[in-house]
Amino acid sequence: MSLSRRAFLTNSVLAALAATMLPKLSFAQWEDALKNKTQDDILTQLFNTKDVVVSDKITITAPEIAENGRVVPIEVQSELAGIKSITLIAEKNPTPLIAQFNFADNFAGHVASRIKMGATGYVVAVVQVGDQLHIAKQTVQITEGGCGG
Amino acid sequence: MAGSIRARAKLKDGITQVKALIKHPMETGARLNKETQEKIPAHFIQELSCTHNDKVVMSANWSGGISQDPFCSFKFKGGKKDDIIVIQWKDNLGNTDKKETKIK
Repeated sequence: MSLSRRAFLTNSVLAALAATMLPKLSFAQWEDALKNKTQDDILTQLFNTKDVVVSDKITITAPEIAENGRVVPIEVQSELAGIKSITLIAEKNPTPLIAQFNFADNFAGHVASRIKMGATGYVVAVVQVGDQLHIAKQTVQITEGGCGG
Repeated sequence: MAGSIRARAKLKDGITQVKALIKHPMETGARLNKETQEKIPAHFIQELSCTHNDKVVMSANWSGGISQDPFCSFKFKGGKKDDIIVIQWKDNLGNTDKKETKIK
């Protein structure tokens, strides 16, 4: 087998293997990331940059007023192509970083969950496409906070 | 913590939507026990993943900011009826659970 053919096959196997795994932070890295209190610090720690572009191709569906801050339904939809991850931040929470979802190449641009919000404030969705971070935010009014006792 | 996951995967117009409902306290570690005035220790799912026919299609890191008894759903392109979807989670105390379901 020629050197180039062997190299090609090795690379193919490695590529196939890499395709079965998604980049994800270790427990320790994630626990460290959770300590950050601002959007800038969170993004710098997760992505090595805090530069964001506000995008109109991201839709956050969340209640305008949430009676119960312990359960706020959040849906994020985006038509951006090549989304690698979507990160949720609730700016007024004691721990603003809520979640980071990583996706494979076949992601169809929709993720939803339910989050806790301590006080009226923004929910921010950070959509990672390549090296670029696209964001959208939405204010949710909280009648009764969901983070403390 | 076996049996904590209820999962469904539905195919429509070439897109599979996976929905999962998980029974879990998701304690942030900041909440005070009102009687003892002590903090209730943190106990929350930190990692969640979903595979489609053994290929990881979603993996997530969560904080205690996800609501108690978490709900999560997402969509991916592709999938066929009866393909295997597996949802797994691991929490900060090392507990895990796993649930397999088929695309309908």
